[in-house]
Amino acid sequence: MRQQSHSVETFAAWALALLWLLPLAYSLWSAFHPSEYATRFDLTAPLTLDNFVRAWNQAPFARYYLNTLMLVSLVLAGQLVVSTLAAYAFARFRFFGREVLFALVLVQLMIMPDVLIVENYRVISALNLLDTIPAIALPYIASAFGIFLLRQTFKGVPNELVDAARVEGASSFGVLWRVFVPLGKTTYIAFGLVSVSYHWNNFLWPLIVTNSVESRPLTVGLAVFGAPETGVDWSVITAATVMTMAPLLLAFLLFQRQFVQSFMRAGIR
Amino acid sequence: MVSAVMSAAEPKAARRRDWLTNVNAWLLLLPAIVLLAAFTHYPILSTLYHSFFSLSRGGEADFVGLENYTYMLEDDVFWQVLRNNIVFALATVPTSIALALLMAVWVDKKIAGRSFLRLAFFTPTVLPMIAVANIWLFFYTPDYGLLDQFLKGLGFSGHNWLGDPSTVMSCLAVMVVWKEAGFFMIFYLAALQTIPPELKEAAEVEGAGRWYFFRRVTLPLLMPTTLFISINALINSFKLVDQLVIMTKGGPNNASSLLLYYIYEVAFTFQDTAFAATLTVTLITILAGVALTKFVYLDRRIHYQ
Repeated sequence: MRQQSHSVETFAAWALALLWLLPLAYSLWSAFHPSEYATRFDLTAPLTLDNFVRAWNQAPFARYYLNTLMLVSLVLAGQLVVSTLAAYAFARFRFFGREVLFALVLVQLMIMPDVLIVENYRVISALNLLDTIPAIALPYIASAFGIFLLRQTFKGVPNELVDAARVEGASSFGVLWRVFVPLGKTTYIAFGLVSVSYHWNNFLWPLIVTNSVESRPLTVGLAVFGAPETGVDWSVITAATVMTMAPLLLAFLLFQRQFVQSFMRAGIR
Repeated sequence: MVSAVMSAAEPKAARRRDWLTNVNAWLLLLPAIVLLAAFTHYPILSTLYHSFFSLSRGGEADFVGLENYTYMLEDDVFWQVLRNNIVFALATVPTSIALALLMAVWVDKKIAGRSFLRLAFFTPTVLPMIAVANIWLFFYTPDYGLLDQFLKGLGFSGHNWLGDPSTVMSCLAVMVVWKEAGFFMIFYLAALQTIPPELKEAAEVEGAGRWYFFRRVTLPLLMPTTLFISINALINSFKLVDQLVIMTKGGPNNASSLLLYYIYEVAFTFQDTAFAATLTVTLITILAGVALTKFVYLDRRIHYQ
């Protein structure tokens, strides 16, 4: 009886998992086969890279890749520096206005830049940055979430380590660099993976502030490419879709554990 | 608490050190403060400000008091997108939570192919919504799409899934549940792993069945996680509109439009930034309400430690 209920559950779990993989499997099928096989599942269908070649030639995907890479690096680098400094101040200094400032930081956890698109467009336009990569990145560089995570981590650093570094004559900046930053490694990895995934995938804000090939990230490039008006063949669009998600997907498959743990750490806080 | 405020009796050196601490801390915070002010605090206040003014096309904007708000309350589309958003949240949040829990319970056990199952469930989380929308768009394409091909095989006729106001929301909800359930699964998984195995052993000794144990022990212990996930899922349902740009553009006839997508349309298609500001104030109020509930009920410990 018990054995039986186990095998029923195993079967159900596998059925759901296969169903869950179906959309992805389908997109791979369609991307790697000629378009006449887009909805014909014939195991003898010839494999081809033709759809990728066509997508690559029909739209500047190389440039979109470069833009996305520049975007996620700029966001991550900015976030790491800004959050580290701020988290250090919140975790280790007693200063005038600390509670008020921290509350002001937390405001961003509730009202994210994603919903302030109208006014942020005004700000970016006033700064004369429209249609640039920094325009996409700027609203996200100060991350309440990053500050919050790192502050928690820094608060857990034992005082003895700080005192020891001080005795050796380290300045407060030296203490930050030599004691806190190395001890925050797992938090940095967790935050970094979440941030890169988020900004690799982000769409609405980049769509609003970019208007040219030179600044468009992959997601926006894909949307422009796949718009029904363009009349591009379905298999080619799927190939472009696969290209857009491939780097993150591969990274995830390679570093599954880190991804899952990072998303979890970052979510739970 | 605030060490900069101190009595004059303290020695000069200490006061100097305190002053330095303050300067140091504020310098460390400066980049974050400037950026947050420019892209969070100022925009929030400026949204509020603009919602009280008429639209200025080049000229001067006039103060119109609550006129934009009256207009909003009389706008049928506003009520429709708000209703859509509530329906969308009610359709996606409980379903993804239930599925997430089921997945977590399975993956937590010694089940055959456990790591493959976890991988399969979690993968949609790392994909861009825009790519997901592209793939699912093809599933729902009338006649030619996968869903219709499958149904035709069973003898049904084709259906314009995304073009029919009565099916479009369910189609989008299914896709979002697919994308999000695996993400919520990992929180349940983490919570399940903190339940001490002794509890289970004790229950077995007492002769409690698996279902009884799950209902009376596991579920209550998972309650905080469930609350946490519900609130995050609720916030997501107000923030996630990428799929609409690709799949429906809010249509047909606004049947699938959500509040943030409506804001995007009003601001950038109809160029009515004053009304968009008014709608944004509504969205901010909703999000702040949800988040404050979260802080009060869930984050109290973290918040005041």
